[in-house]
Amino acid sequence: MMIEVRNLQKSFGPLRVLDGVTFSIAKGQAVAIIGASGGGKSILLKHLIGLITPDAGQINVEGQDITGMEERQLLQVRRKFGMLFQGAALFDSLNVEDNVGFMFRREGKTDPAEISRRVADVLDIVGLAGTQKKMPAELSGGMRKRVGLARAVVYRPQILLYDEPTTGLDPIAADSIDQLINFVVEKFHVTSIAVTHDMRSVRRISHRILMLHQGRIYADQTPEEMFQSTDPVIHRFVNGISDPVGTRALL
Amino acid sequence: MTTLAKQLVREWFGGLGRGTLLCRDILASIFTTKPVWRDFVYQIYFIGVKSQSVVVITGAFTGMVLCAQTYIQFHRVKMDSATLAVVSISMGSELGPVLTGLMVAGRVGAAIAAEIGTMRVTEQIDALRTLAAHPVDYLIVPRFLAMLLAMPLLAAESIAIGIGAAYLVVAFLFDVNPANAWHQMLRHTDDIDMLTGMIKTFIFGAIIAVVSCYKGLSCPQGAEGVGHATTEAVVYSSIAILITNFFLTMLLNTLLR
Repeated sequence: MMIEVRNLQKSFGPLRVLDGVTFSIAKGQAVAIIGASGGGKSILLKHLIGLITPDAGQINVEGQDITGMEERQLLQVRRKFGMLFQGAALFDSLNVEDNVGFMFRREGKTDPAEISRRVADVLDIVGLAGTQKKMPAELSGGMRKRVGLARAVVYRPQILLYDEPTTGLDPIAADSIDQLINFVVEKFHVTSIAVTHDMRSVRRISHRILMLHQGRIYADQTPEEMFQSTDPVIHRFVNGISDPVGTRALL
Repeated sequence: MTTLAKQLVREWFGGLGRGTLLCRDILASIFTTKPVWRDFVYQIYFIGVKSQSVVVITGAFTGMVLCAQTYIQFHRVKMDSATLAVVSISMGSELGPVLTGLMVAGRVGAAIAAEIGTMRVTEQIDALRTLAAHPVDYLIVPRFLAMLLAMPLLAAESIAIGIGAAYLVVAFLFDVNPANAWHQMLRHTDDIDMLTGMIKTFIFGAIIAVVSCYKGLSCPQGAEGVGHATTEAVVYSSIAILITNFFLTMLLNTLLR
């Protein structure tokens, strides 16, 4: 297994966000994690790469338990990962080229000409050729996500994590990001885990869907099974139907 | 009330503990990882070169006002020629380091906390970590080292400008023989006065860097959080400088004299 999560628990003060999450993901799978806003999806994703330490439970990455690791040990494990953040999280003070080639420049082991070539190649893949000298502030939301994706894949990671890859984008930009994600998964043969509540996107980019509900994995199904499910919780979420009792009480 | 007090004490000690761990990480990083010289040089420029105007104006006018006040008091007891000596010792061992520290805390400490805080709330720090870069190595150590180098130089500049400005006040505004006042200043000012000041600035630089970086790294979410972190960085750095200054004065006078 590429990633195994066992009985993961996390609380923030009195609020229990993850309450015994257990699942595993095989190499090369494209998995989407869905669930309500504020339900702990992004928190779960950040646990997988060691950005957040769990209160209890275990996370194995290629058989290596990362839950008890020090930050410097985790830096080595994170070389297996690439991550696209919700707001792209580009470094404001660096231009596109320096953002995408950040790790190469920081390590100082790669020839500058080779870094420029690899950055140009990956920017070409995400459809942003020639934008190397632009600053993040000059880019639109969709372009920032593409640069974020380029930065995530340029090091050829084994696992790609996407945090709400299409949130805040218009439907056409969202579709192009989905296509890019599929292209990257096929081209680089990576394991892909996307956190999203965009159901159109889920159908396009995943082979398998995990639904997080009340801090646990409520359902683990293929997209077809999930979209045809008659379970009221899944049906309401997938079809975007609010809880009638709750809505009436709110009104 | 008791619960609130307990919570405040717990938060204060928690912050102190996390700050101490940050100091440990900074020292470990300095001795175990290769510094990024390009970032260090940029920070020297940002902290040292761009603070010149603030430090020069502070030093000049503090020296001038101290000179004027000292002359007015000393003139009554016919000790006019000791005016510059008082300015020199005060500027060298106390006012120069403390005022430079406060000005740098306001200008640079606020900028560091705001920059790192903004990086935190926009997930740029998390992005750094996913790119196998330790935030302490990449963000904190260059600022910390640059501050250690820049602060003594800025304070030395402030002290020199303060004494020079005071000399001009003595020479052109008051009825004192400037050559005699200069001679008295050299006679009464010890190397130890200046050494005390330089040691203090070194420590004040470390305080500003650690407090500001810590406040940035622990910044709460949102624009309001960045605002809080920036304000707290300046306030806590300034208070820490003023409190540390007293203990350093006592300690260094005991050790060096």
